[in-house]
Parts: sequence; C-alpha cells; structure tokens
Amino acid sequence: MLRFIISRLLQAIPVIFIVITATFFLVRAAPGGPFDAEKVVLPEVKRALEAQYKLDLPLHEQYFAYLSDLAQGELGPSFKYPGRSVNEILFSGLPVTAELGFYALLIALIIGVTAGVFASLKPNTRQDYIPMGLAMIGICMPSFLLGPLLVLVFGIYLEWLPISGWGSIPGDKILPSITLGAAYAAYVARLSRAGMLEILSQDYIRTARAKGLPEWLVVGKHALRGGLIPVVAFLGPAFAGLLAGSFVVETIFQIPGLGRFYVQAAFNRDYTMILGTTVFLSSLIVLFNLISDVAAAWLNPRLRSQLSGGGQ
Amino acid sequence: MKTRQALGGLLRTLFSTVIATSLMACGGGESNVLEGNRTGILHYGNGAEPQGLDPHVVTGVPENHLIRALFEGLAVKNPITLEPEPGVAQRWEFSDQGKVITFYLNPEARWSNGEQVTASDYVWSWNRALHPQTGNLYAYMLYPVKNAEAYAKGEIKDFAAVGVKALNDTTLEVTLNAPTPYFIQLMDHYSTFAVHPETLLKFGKMTDRFTPWTRVGSMVSNGAFVLTDWALNRHIKMAKSPHYWDRDKVSLNGVVFYPTENVVSEERMFRVEQLHYTAVVPLDKIPVYRERPNTPYLQSPYLGTYYYLVNTDRPPVDNVKVRQALSMSVDREKLVRSVLQETAVAAYSITPPDTLGYYPPQVFSYDPDKARALLAEAGYPNGEGWPGLEIIYNTQEAHRKIAVAIQQMWKSELNVDITIANQEWKVYLNSVSQRDFQVARRGWIGDYVDANNFLDLFITDGGNNNTGYSNAIYDDLILQKAPRAQSREERYALFTEAETMLMEEMPIIPIYTYTSKHLIHPSVEGIYPNLMDSLNLKYVKLHPEQTLSGEVN
Repeated sequence: MLRFIISRLLQAIPVIFIVITATFFLVRAAPGGPFDAEKVVLPEVKRALEAQYKLDLPLHEQYFAYLSDLAQGELGPSFKYPGRSVNEILFSGLPVTAELGFYALLIALIIGVTAGVFASLKPNTRQDYIPMGLAMIGICMPSFLLGPLLVLVFGIYLEWLPISGWGSIPGDKILPSITLGAAYAAYVARLSRAGMLEILSQDYIRTARAKGLPEWLVVGKHALRGGLIPVVAFLGPAFAGLLAGSFVVETIFQIPGLGRFYVQAAFNRDYTMILGTTVFLSSLIVLFNLISDVAAAWLNPRLRSQLSGGGQ
Repeated sequence: MKTRQALGGLLRTLFSTVIATSLMACGGGESNVLEGNRTGILHYGNGAEPQGLDPHVVTGVPENHLIRALFEGLAVKNPITLEPEPGVAQRWEFSDQGKVITFYLNPEARWSNGEQVTASDYVWSWNRALHPQTGNLYAYMLYPVKNAEAYAKGEIKDFAAVGVKALNDTTLEVTLNAPTPYFIQLMDHYSTFAVHPETLLKFGKMTDRFTPWTRVGSMVSNGAFVLTDWALNRHIKMAKSPHYWDRDKVSLNGVVFYPTENVVSEERMFRVEQLHYTAVVPLDKIPVYRERPNTPYLQSPYLGTYYYLVNTDRPPVDNVKVRQALSMSVDREKLVRSVLQETAVAAYSITPPDTLGYYPPQVFSYDPDKARALLAEAGYPNGEGWPGLEIIYNTQEAHRKIAVAIQQMWKSELNVDITIANQEWKVYLNSVSQRDFQVARRGWIGDYVDANNFLDLFITDGGNNNTGYSNAIYDDLILQKAPRAQSREERYALFTEAETMLMEEMPIIPIYTYTSKHLIHPSVEGIYPNLMDSLNLKYVKLHPEQTLSGEVN
C-alpha cells in the first residue's frame, strides 16, 4: 500500500510541473495585461509597475524566478491587491471554502446515500422513481438558479434564514451549503443506487438472506460496504471540484472564499494570483484523487490484497 | 469490522452536524440596520473588495469611499454644492495671478496617533505620489504643479525643484505651471492626500507598494474614522476617530463596509435590513422601488458619459458625414425610455450637463431625415454600397442591449448593416488602446467636476483619445486658452467653442449621461444626490425611528 501511495505521489510531481508551466505561459499569452485599465496608464507609471513586479525581465527569467520563489513556498505579491501576497489571500479564503465544501459534501452524502439506498431496495417501483426523479432534477438545476430560489423562499418570504455572509449571523451557512451540496447529492444518489443494485444481486447477499438475516442487517452490514465503493471513489474528485467550483455559490451568498478570487484573477490578469490558485487547486485535486483511490482500495478486499502484494 | 466502525463514526458525525446546524438556524435576532441604528453604526454596501487602502497605490470607486472615510484632503467638497470647503487646510489664498496657492493648515488637524498634520507631511507625501518608482496611476492629478510631470517622468531627479514647499508647520505653498481653476477640487482626490511618513518608513521605503502599513493596528490616518477591522472579502470596520479635528460634527460611531459584488444579493441584503445603503440597484428592481411610497431609491445625474468611440481612420467612419449620420439617427430618448428604463439621461455632448455650472451646447438632435441626406452625400444613398461596420463592447448584458438597439436604429433609419461583437474586458481594452476597431463602446467618469476633465480627452494624441481625432484649434482652446481665461464665464465660453467643434466633427457618438442609483434606508440622513456621487460620512446621521416601510416606530 505504501509503495502505491509513494508511486502515485511521484507521478503527481510532473503533472503539477506541467500545470505550472502551461499556466505561466498561457496567462502571459492572453491579450491585455494586469495594468491595462479603462483610463490609460501613463507609460512612465507602467514602466515603474512592471519593474516592481519583475515583468521587465525576459520571459524565461521571469519563469525561473517564479519557480525559485515557488520552491520556497512563495506565490508572490498579488497584482490586483497590492500589499497582499497570494499566499495570504489563499489562506484567508481556503478555510471558508473548505468548510463550505465540507458541509456541502455532508449534505450530499446524507441525502444522496439515503435516497440511493432507499431507491435500490425496490428498483423500478415508485420508491425508486420518486427519489431518482428528484435526483435528476437536482443534477439539472444549476446553483445559480437554486441559490436565489432558496433565498427567496427561506430568506425573504419565510424569513427563517440569513441570505448572505459566512459565520457572521447564526444560520448563514445553511443555504449556501445546501445550494452547493444539492447537485452532488443527486450524483451520490445515482451512484449509490447503481452500486447497491449491483451488490444486492451478488451471491453472498443471497446467501445472507437465505441464512434468514433480517433485511436491515443484510443491507446495513453486507451490502452497504460494497455498494458505496463508487461513492467513495467519487468523493475525492467531488471535494476538489467543490473547492474549485464554489465560485457561483460564493458570489450569490457573498461568501469570503477562494472561488471568487480564482475566477476574478483570470479577468484581472492577476498573473501571480492565477498561478497561485491553479497550482494550489491542482495539487489539491491530485491529493484528493489519491485519497479516494486509497479509500476505495481499502473498502475493496480484492484490490486491497493486490496492493499489499498478498493476493492474486 | 473496522469498516463498520468507521461507517458508524461517519454517521454519528453526520447526525451531530445536522443537529448543530439546525440549532444554529434558530438564532435569528436583530437585523444589522436595527442594531446599527441603536449603536450608531452605518452598514454600507461598497460594491467590491478594495484593492487596498494606500491612497497613492490604489484606484477605484470602492477604494475612494474607504480612503475618504479614513483620510481627509486639504480641501473637501460640500456634499450638496460640491464647491470646495475647508478640510485639513482652514483656508487658502491665490497669488501671482492664480499660479501660487498658499494653504493654511488647521493647527488642530491630527493624525490618528495624535500627532499634528504638518505641511511637511504633504511635501513628503506628494514626493511619494509623484515618484517614478511608486507607480501611482493617478500621479497625473498633481501634474498641474510646477515640474511635477518632469519629476514623475524621471526627467528631474531632485524633488526640491517641484513646486511644493512647507513654509512652516501649517503653511504649504504650491506653485502651478499655469492657473488651474479646478486645482482646489483635486485636493479632495485621494491621490493628493497626505500619508504619515514615519508609519510608512517603519515598514519599508517611501516608494514601496507592498508593505503592510495599511493594516489594522498599523495604519495611521487623519480622517473622521479609523480602521478597526479588515476581514478580507467579508467587511471593513471603522470607528469614529477621537483625534479628528472636527470630531464634534461626526455623528456616527462607526461604519461597516461590505464588498457587495453581486448586485442582486446586495439588493436582497437591503430588503432584509442588512444594509443601510447599497452601491447600486439592479435595473429590473428599479420600477418596483419607484412605485413604493417613501421610496428608498435615490437616483441622480452622475459625472459620467456613455459614448461610442469612432476610429476616424477607418472607412466608412473616416468620413465625418457618416459619423454625423450615425449619431443623428440614434433616438436617445427612446433608448433611455425603453432599454435603460429612465435610469439615464440622453446625451448630445461629452460633458454632462451642469458640470459646476457649465452646460454643454447641443449641436445636433435626433433627425433621421437629415441623417439619410448626410449618408447619401457621403456616397451611401439609402445604404447602397455600405461596406459594413462593427461595434465592439466589453462583455456585459447592459452593453449588449444598447448595441442591439443602436444596431436596429441604424438599420431601420439608414438601411445599413451593422455587426456587434463582444470582447472580454482586457481584450476589449487592448483593442481600444491599439485602435483595432471601427466603433467601440466607452464610458468616462470624471475625476473632478470640471468640463476640462472631459474635453481634454480629445486633444491630439491624448492617452484616452483613442479615436485618431486631431485638431490644432481644439488643442489650443483646451491647452492654452481655457487655462488662461480670466473668469469662469470666459472659460466656459471657450469650452463651449471647443465642445461645439468636437460635436461637429463627431469622433465620438455620445449616448447617455450616467446616473448614480442607490437604495438608502429611511433612517439615514445626510446622503445628498450630487454629480460626483460624493458622500462625506462625517455628515451622516441615523434616525432609528424611521423604518423601511415608511411608518414611524
């Protein structure tokens, strides 16, 4: 298992290196620069700014300077927010985005697994069609529609929940978490239904039932473990996707997370910020994929024994 | 077995989280506005997270609001008339035919650490604002000062040659290149503000852009409020300054600024009384608010013009008659009524009306017959032989709607085909600065209330000209004659002459004058409509008895 983890980590290094290099040159190739503004920037001022950000150096020197800073963990000063480093901005937004992603994932799991397992128990009946139909609506409904709808109903008409902010008013985390989690809940429901259906048709489940075990024990003890493997495999990329894709929800609910900076950085041509967020998020994606692979392997006895070198 | 334990643990965590979150929901409680009215705190929607708070480094509207709450210039604007009135300077005198201004600083003006604000602080700060290494985008605000431009361009190395001197602690003498009637107004622009030299030097060199001197606990400022909390992308909090010279006039105990980037969310926050004041109002909500009795909606003309730039070197718009025909066939009143829902004012010139008493001439009007005749004279009778024309705009729904409306007007009145193309913001900026367009959308917001700020855009090779327009007589009027005018009337007459010339040659097609649009809670007093959308928080008061529904508690 350790060898598997180490080899995957080593594979990640060239991946991230390619991401850095491609992003570095792509952002500089995009038309327009960080200092272009509606009101013209005087040439003397532009020169001074370029010197302050080392943009006056030849491209390859800028690249190597960036790599050397990066090796020391320095992502550089932000172009858009002078006086703040990219590290500082990332670490101010990350806990919020991570917390939002975590709650969203929890909601997705609770709703999704319950609905999926429930549906799988009586396939092709009303008990299956209703939750799966709802799941399909969840997948189809984008967060920029669901968010404002929830705000209108629970925030403005019923006045039950706050409509914006994060951690400043009690209860303000609920609507954004649900909005972000809803689409993922739908995916989880479909995955767990499919996984459960496959497992429930296996011989060992029939054996368990034949032995006279009550149904809840058959499902809870024997089926769930295998049936949820596809869900576990999905969790890693899902969490990384939640971190990188929370922009819409963060904007609707005015949440001080990472997603807003990530998207705005591209519009602002904030080179260091684009690179910083891309490097950071791509590392997270690699890491979460690894974690979910390890978890899936651990849940699957066949794979586990192969990786430990003990099985066939 | 382990799996089951792990799953059980997971389920327990899930369950307790759900319970905890549901309990949190039951908090409810007092809204920001009610609490703020009780404690004297204004909750202010500020549009966006500021780039920063260093007056010589940042640019932008949200930054302006924050910096002008924290700092004060030599002069400030009267919130109703916009005429300059005393700030750090108690009074000022002009001499040498308006070329020398002596500012007499208030000896009671204090930094937030209790130290006196001195004339030499201004000399040091203007050196920083102009220094070529600072990279101040607004350095040109001080270019009317003698030798300031040469210093900023690095042609002069010694700042002593620049026309600003501290005669003593409270007397600052400024020598200008030429009489500049709007110079006093510029003293209320943040790029001319003083910063506290010792505080900056504690964190780095004078010209450093990246030091943390503007952070909570480090910043020293001289305005009505001091910085107390800055949570990135959440809020910026300020409290009334105990050292501000005019503190007795300050009614608020503090202000909380929110980076309300999403206008729809901002309006919702206002509706549930999380905000006293919004930076903008979504267009589709304006009719609803207008119909309400005691409406919280406040709209007033704004010192900005929305116009189309015309590239005078590209056919077919290199022909002045084509430009005139296009401009005369835009029904601006209809555009304002239908597309803009009366949230703008039709414009027939570049300078907004009543710019400190200046009313621009109206050289042309909506006249489709004359437009068709002009187009025929230009060689395209009824649009025949028309080579095509493209309008570019930066990607935004509002710009698209206007471009589509104008495209249709030109098609129906002149029978000419127009294509419209959107470009991402930085791509669009690049196209405009490289003059890679035929017609391009443009907006200009004035930095100070003076027609010069609009008319000097179109001097030959001006950085923001972008049209290729060049006229020696126009340049002479703006650069030589107007600054030397002996009276306001004479100066305005020269501007009228120049603007008439500009609107006859039509390197731009003016479309509308902007308005500022806000929702203001009825409990707030002291926010007045004015052309600069300028708000001095020093004059704002809260009246808790006024509620959003208009009833009195």
